[in-house]
Amino acid sequence: MTQLTASTLDPAAATYRQVIPAGEPWIHEISAGQYFRIVDLNGNQAVDTLFYNAHDYSDRYSAQDTIRAQANLYLTAGTRLMSTGGNVLLTIIADTCGRHDTLGGACANESNMVRYAIERRFMHACRSSFLKAVTEWDHGMTKRDITANINFFMNVPVTPEGGLTFEDGISDPGKYVEMRAEMDVLALISNCPQLNNPCNAYNPTPVEVLIWDSAE
Amino acid sequence: MTESSVLWEEVVPPGASWSHVLKRGTRLRIADIEGGANVGAIFYNFECTAERYNMPDTLKAQHIARLTKGYVLYSDMGRILCSVVEDTVGWHDPIGGCSNAALSRSKYGESRYQDCRNDYHKNGRDSFLVELGKWGLGPRDLIPNVNFFSRVDVANDGAMAFHEANSPAGSYVELRAEMNTLAILNTCPHPLDPNPRYAPKPVRLSICRAMPAGADDPCRLSRPENARGFTLTERYFL
Repeated sequence: MTQLTASTLDPAAATYRQVIPAGEPWIHEISAGQYFRIVDLNGNQAVDTLFYNAHDYSDRYSAQDTIRAQANLYLTAGTRLMSTGGNVLLTIIADTCGRHDTLGGACANESNMVRYAIERRFMHACRSSFLKAVTEWDHGMTKRDITANINFFMNVPVTPEGGLTFEDGISDPGKYVEMRAEMDVLALISNCPQLNNPCNAYNPTPVEVLIWDSAE
Repeated sequence: MTESSVLWEEVVPPGASWSHVLKRGTRLRIADIEGGANVGAIFYNFECTAERYNMPDTLKAQHIARLTKGYVLYSDMGRILCSVVEDTVGWHDPIGGCSNAALSRSKYGESRYQDCRNDYHKNGRDSFLVELGKWGLGPRDLIPNVNFFSRVDVANDGAMAFHEANSPAGSYVELRAEMNTLAILNTCPHPLDPNPRYAPKPVRLSICRAMPAGADDPCRLSRPENARGFTLTERYFL
């Protein structure tokens, strides 16, 4: 079974705390050396997340480079989140869930039409939240900047036969993942509103993000 | 694909790049001439390149971590850029990604044009960027790629391993364009290929006309998701 790694950081000492309700985006800069935690407040909530080099958004999180660099599909403590330019954006340093997905991507109106029914076009979806956030951020980002993301707390195993399965979450209320920023990054989250599959246990719930200036 | 139906054909040498707009109603056959080829590939809707191949949507719509005959490549807009209509290999890798300059240097050493002329080492990322640039695209358009002819096995704990000898000489895969699809390919080595020698392989590309996907098309019928994907693609052209 996967190794779990707890953090020693005290939430009371965090310099930033924000609850993100389900179905809402969050965009925020995190400086090199800061610590960034995402808490699954109610359990089994998919947190769709992208990171960018804060000084060059074209240098951004790369799912394929991240899994290739560690020759492992699942993200957990020790994983270095790689950019398309070969930089380490952040390192996961604590993880009480044990496994996070980066193949499943983010839900969209259009992918919901394919996956579930054409009439489901109008249900709220992550990629709409991503687009709203980058538009409001107003730094020239567009859909071109929305690439394959991380799904924190989501369990999407690949079988030896090359199948991809969506399994019930392995997260629980209060589980968290914590990263150290290795460079200045822009974080973009969509707290997933998906109601069509078990990625949120059919009940999307809030998550909390915390930032510490140092590990002291 | 009968010989007479081939519109044109060309050989892409080892470690080279290629791009072309595959027209709806044509098929591209990629043949592994010597065996052990790797073809890194990314795809865009030529009419609006903001619509592009989407690895997660492709994998999750079909519940797959491999590509073979009967599966399709989805764009982020719920449409099918191309379908895999023939395949003698059985497994093409959609997750392993591409090499880059640093990785290539660490595996194979320095190799520059000055010393090696056209045999200098090419890597997947730089090759994609140069070819994207020819179409007015750039680093913001780099996306997760497919690796035709390569296979990456995933163990239960998530460990990824390159599967050697996946594609014998003469293997081929055939893509039917369902939209006017900008295809950008290169024959650089797979990033997880453990071969310590830089040894890319050539492939032969053949383009021929294709019948549109009928009501009984195997790609359309392979999953209910794909039936909806074809419907959405057909609506785009109405």
